Amino acid sequence: MKNEGLKANEVDYGKLIINADWCKGCGICTAFCPTKAIVLKNEKVTIADIDKCTQCGLCELRCPDYAIYVGRKKNEQKD
Amino acid sequence: MPSQLVDQYFRADKLPQIWCPGCGHGIITRAITVAIEQLGLDPDKVCVVSGIGCSSRAPGYLDFNTLHTTHGRALAFATGIKLANPELKVIVIMGDGDATAIGGNHFIHTCRRNIDLTAIIFNNNIYGMTGGQYSPLTPKFDKGTTAPYGNIDRTFDICDLAAAAGATYVGRGTSYHANVVTSLVKKGIMNEGFSLIEAISGCPTYYGRKNKKGGPVDMMQWQKDNAVTVTAAEKMTPEQLEGKFLIGEFKNKPEPEYTKEYQNIINNLQGRDV
Repeated sequence: MKNEGLKANEVDYGKLIINADWCKGCGICTAFCPTKAIVLKNEKVTIADIDKCTQCGLCELRCPDYAIYVGRKKNEQKD
Repeated sequence: MPSQLVDQYFRADKLPQIWCPGCGHGIITRAITVAIEQLGLDPDKVCVVSGIGCSSRAPGYLDFNTLHTTHGRALAFATGIKLANPELKVIVIMGDGDATAIGGNHFIHTCRRNIDLTAIIFNNNIYGMTGGQYSPLTPKFDKGTTAPYGNIDRTFDICDLAAAAGATYVGRGTSYHANVVTSLVKKGIMNEGFSLIEAISGCPTYYGRKNKKGGPVDMMQWQKDNAVTVTAAEKMTPEQLEGKFLIGEFKNKPEPEYTKEYQNIINNLQGRDV
């Protein structure tokens, strides 16, 4: 991991990881989230209900700024 | 720490990018790195070349061998790189104006030459970086800074143009259909010859605002609603296809590749001289 020391202001919600510093608030992820697990608040993406998240990865696929991504499931984690 | 993909293939210290909120370019750039990851290419053997424009900022964020060149000339630089180092996988990122207006002649002749490059044109229908002037891809009657009453020029169809000029692999995706872009780029990189992938991207700041297309989400929704896959279009009537555009693979017809032909000449001549 070459960016280990990168000071990205990330918050780990378990299923999803969000970096609000990179989010520009375009709303694409929230509009195309099939379960509406995420929502825009003060022009930044935040969690609406983490239990609704199915880790489908569409937010990660369509985020133009790489500000949101799916956290790895426990059985997929590498050392 | 960013996601594994971003950590591995991006210069994360340069992020967030300069692109406007909701610009599709970031999505397409990511789709290209996913293709490189899935092919398992050695990052040291990948070279990403771009010209000038919004799209051409992309290599600045990508952690490969990258080159940011002059307006419209990305393909000329890429041709030089490929001829000097044929083992490199050369990916060219251009915008619609960069590739088809300023670089139009380079574009058609690179297609004709069938050199092993993979060109991805980020088509946002306008010159974004310089303030919203109309490009050869601005649809007829749409507005730009230099066409305040509507543009009366007809547009190019980049994919038809490339196929007619001799590109051996041609396809189209959109920023909404990022997975389609990934699969097309994968096949394009694997194709020995010139591959052209058009990726339709939304420009909410200039094209969207000037033409009342709504915000980023509306532009993505437009792509979702109006893109028709090639296979689905075969079963549709011309009336049903009115106002729609096609996505998918349009041409896959391998032909002799330029650097190989060039090497053949060298081999033949050296064989004769010795």
